[in-house]
Amino acid sequence: MMREIYPSGFNSFVMPFMLGMLFVLGWCLVGAFRVLLELPKEDRKKLALSFLNPKTMVKNIRDWFFDCLFHVKLWKRNKLLGFMHSSIAFGWFMIILIGHIEVFLYTPERIHRLWYPIFFRFFVAISDSTMEGAFLFFLMDLFLLIILIGILLAIIKRVHSRLFGMRRTTRGSLTDLIGLYALWSIFPLRLLAEGFTADISGGSFLTKSLNGLLHLFYSDPTNALPVWWAYSIALGVFMFVLPFSRYMHIPAEILLIPMRNAGIPIRHSRKGFSRLQVHSCPGCGVCIDACPLSTVPVNVRDTTVYLNRQLKRNNRKRIEEISDKCLLCGKCSAVCPVGVEGDKLRIAHRATREYGISADYSMIDQEGFVKEKGRRVLYFAGCMTHLTPSIKRSLVSILETAGEDYSLMDEDGGICCGRPMLTAGRKDAARQMIQKNTEIIRSSGASVLLLSCPICYRIFKQDYRLEGIEVLHHSEYIDRLISEKKLNISGTGLRYAYHDPCELGRGCGIYEEPRNVVSAAGVLVEGAKKGKESICCGGSLGSLTLTDEQRKRLAENALGNLTADSPDAVVTACPLCKNTFNRYADVPVLDIAEIVAQSSGRNNIKH
Amino acid sequence: MNGFGFKLSPSSAINLDKIDRTLFDELCRIEPDALRCMACGSCTATCTASGLSGMSVRKMLLNLQRGKVNETVRMISGCMLCGKCTMVCPRGIKTRRLILTVSRLYKKEEQV
Amino acid sequence: MKEIIAIIGGGIAGMEAAAQLLKFGHAPIIIEKGERLGGHVARWNRLFPDLTPAGELIERLTEACKEASIFLNTEVSLVNRLRDGYNIVLSNGITISTKYILMTTGFKMFEASKKEEYGYGIYNNVVTNSDLENWFNGNRDERIDSSSMKTIGFVHCVGSRDEKAGNGQCSKVCCITAIKQAIELKEMYPDAQIYCFYMDLRLFGKKFEDFYTKAQRDHGIHFIRGRVSEVSENIDGKLIVKAEDTLLGKPLKVTLDLLVLMSGMTCNPDSSRLASMISLPTDSDRFLKSEDNITHITSSPKKGVFYAGACTGPKTVPETLAEARSAALDIHFKIQES
Repeated sequence: MMREIYPSGFNSFVMPFMLGMLFVLGWCLVGAFRVLLELPKEDRKKLALSFLNPKTMVKNIRDWFFDCLFHVKLWKRNKLLGFMHSSIAFGWFMIILIGHIEVFLYTPERIHRLWYPIFFRFFVAISDSTMEGAFLFFLMDLFLLIILIGILLAIIKRVHSRLFGMRRTTRGSLTDLIGLYALWSIFPLRLLAEGFTADISGGSFLTKSLNGLLHLFYSDPTNALPVWWAYSIALGVFMFVLPFSRYMHIPAEILLIPMRNAGIPIRHSRKGFSRLQVHSCPGCGVCIDACPLSTVPVNVRDTTVYLNRQLKRNNRKRIEEISDKCLLCGKCSAVCPVGVEGDKLRIAHRATREYGISADYSMIDQEGFVKEKGRRVLYFAGCMTHLTPSIKRSLVSILETAGEDYSLMDEDGGICCGRPMLTAGRKDAARQMIQKNTEIIRSSGASVLLLSCPICYRIFKQDYRLEGIEVLHHSEYIDRLISEKKLNISGTGLRYAYHDPCELGRGCGIYEEPRNVVSAAGVLVEGAKKGKESICCGGSLGSLTLTDEQRKRLAENALGNLTADSPDAVVTACPLCKNTFNRYADVPVLDIAEIVAQSSGRNNIKH
Repeated sequence: MNGFGFKLSPSSAINLDKIDRTLFDELCRIEPDALRCMACGSCTATCTASGLSGMSVRKMLLNLQRGKVNETVRMISGCMLCGKCTMVCPRGIKTRRLILTVSRLYKKEEQV
Repeated sequence: MKEIIAIIGGGIAGMEAAAQLLKFGHAPIIIEKGERLGGHVARWNRLFPDLTPAGELIERLTEACKEASIFLNTEVSLVNRLRDGYNIVLSNGITISTKYILMTTGFKMFEASKKEEYGYGIYNNVVTNSDLENWFNGNRDERIDSSSMKTIGFVHCVGSRDEKAGNGQCSKVCCITAIKQAIELKEMYPDAQIYCFYMDLRLFGKKFEDFYTKAQRDHGIHFIRGRVSEVSENIDGKLIVKAEDTLLGKPLKVTLDLLVLMSGMTCNPDSSRLASMISLPTDSDRFLKSEDNITHITSSPKKGVFYAGACTGPKTVPETLAEARSAALDIHFKIQES
């Protein structure tokens, strides 16, 4: 029941599509090689090995399916947004797939002609009266309809982005707009083209009905050719602008997923994995609403989506400004549907700078910091906690109440943990501090390192090599004391709004323990934005250029989220958040250690 | 010249007629807040590195204004960039940015 | 008929202005939210530079303004602007119709606990200047332990000249108050070592400089140029204060039995609230903005509204009293004109 309409299997209208296709394929191939070549040897090896690991491969396949085609992360953000995107991506994928199946079933000898699956209806007529034919025609029409609904939603989104859960969207560049209009026209043109030929090639509910409609006033089927040309040109234009537009994320994400799953780190601001991440940015603008900076409209252009754009353009001045302004709160990375790590890209950029003055801490003698050695717990208060003495005092009182065997690592001052230096991009200096502190901790003989500052906690957990020593944030430690009944606390009934510090939550994934502690000491209430989406207090050391006045607006915005429900106090687990909030809050701002020390009733113990 | 009965070693005296303030001027161009320091000393008092290495943002700025670059370099190399100085500065000066900017602007080969 | 003048705030500015207006034959009404007149000065012990008891001043002013109508424990709920005056609705239900309002809303002391690094409310022996005056007045304060007064520290500029605390301005009186309080403590505890940590000593007023030299020469009080950055506690519960001796350029540490924080003056939120009701402008320091900072300090840009005292910025007692008299005079002439 198959008949090839054009025995040559070729018509010159396929040329725009073919040129675009070959261009894109060539571009992506060269790009992928470039990215792989730019990776350091060890990362390439890591990537190669990950393909041999069945577990990673399963994850890759799952991610390709759920991230590239279904955009599960977008569904989580907003159902309509998720539907819009997956209807286009998945629908398109299915149309291409079914096109290939059709070629394979009916004209397997034509499989080498790349245009055949795309323009199958033009070249081949199949009977739609057989079961098989009707089913394929139906599927093709169904997915085309799904895509068309997606396109309609996309058009609505341009006007009413709020319906899709987005307050602000990205302003597209010229190539983005060309790509966008090309994409919007591809599928209506396909429908029109297939509608024209449906009486010859066959069709289903959509194409057949359109064909009937067209016949009412436009009966000559040879006139279909211009529409097929238009369809091919739309495809060609889309593919020609693709590498220079946000649509580059479609091919880039395919490579990004295995690299991400292989655990490749960002090592350079514009090369290797960074290049791939930047090109994987779909420019969706989810990070704009997420970014705490963009509460002030002028900062919208400093969000990750614009950083990626500037990185593509290599606009050094703007890259530098955007990199330095960022709070490094990591929220853009947490919400990004493709997993672009905006904070790490910025740190990597900071790391490219050259300094005429390098750090040297060789004169610091690591002896004498820990006065009592051989205790089980070593408490490192850290620089920031020294400015919030009530946290240190409360934690010491908790250690006493619990009868803990502990000593202090920086009672008369210590060496900074190195995280602030690391976030400024100065790895070598940070490494020196890491080395000094490691020696101090190792020689103390402690088996637990206790931190009350999430900034310290993150680097001790992620960059120090302290095998055999357990690194605990005080929220984890107190939670453990409570569950082991070493600390009795009586709930006060006060309502505490808990704020997730960036470095503790998004940075280290600690969300549960502090909430357990707060719930034990009082009633836990939460802001609308919490956990992974909590809003940075604005005081972050990550930013190098924000002024106090600018930070104030960020802090007030974050406080607004926390105090909407009129809690008795704002509770956090970070001295820097506390310090920042305390400056602007109308309600008391307390650390979890303070509320625990108060409700365990021995706040005034002197150690 | 030495009629006062004591000698000043030539290197420790400051002659405002002869000093080279280029580095400070460049710094102020990038970060004008450098001029707002009122020398209260909070930064030094709180500094994690001051006790260990003699770092002081206050002194760094004064030294640069008086053209004493070498002293500045010695101090900055001990800075840990922990940010306590930024936290306590009553004038809201972005001290970490100042330190990073000076470190970048300073070119070893130009100083003999 | 006597002209009514609403005086909002029963501190020394309001009392002095009321006394003068009474002398001119007008009918001032003092609206005071507290339970007694006198404001901050009524809680003070002695005043610089002659160590005059604050009580004497308050007594004299109370006597002078006793003929005025006085509403205590009363707040202004609402001010309406009429075509030719104002309607003031009070929290006690009374409404005053007047052509003249005198704002003597004063200042609010900076909350020292906002500077957590100084340990107010955390450590047992950290007090503020106002706590110390309260103790001088004979009230008990368990943070002040008379039996151990060997070393005492004063921190100037707590919440003043501090943009982080939201107050960029100098509070004007803390330097001289610290010197006064240091001398008073030294007189009580002659063996004590007293350290004043200052950023800049601002001693501009009459006899202030004499007071300073007296503190240095007669009492041996130590002045250290350096702002305290951190206060911690040692095993014995004594305070350890860290600062930089900026004149020597060396980090400095001292162990103290008592630390006194010189809390500064910040704008009174009540002033801001009232200002927003009758759209009075505020200055960059958030205090009320005078019509002119040189020639018309006591006038507001709004017809019939006048200022006196610390509602327009930190003031000393004599300055406040002088402004109150000047404002009374302005109001009197305005009444005569109409």
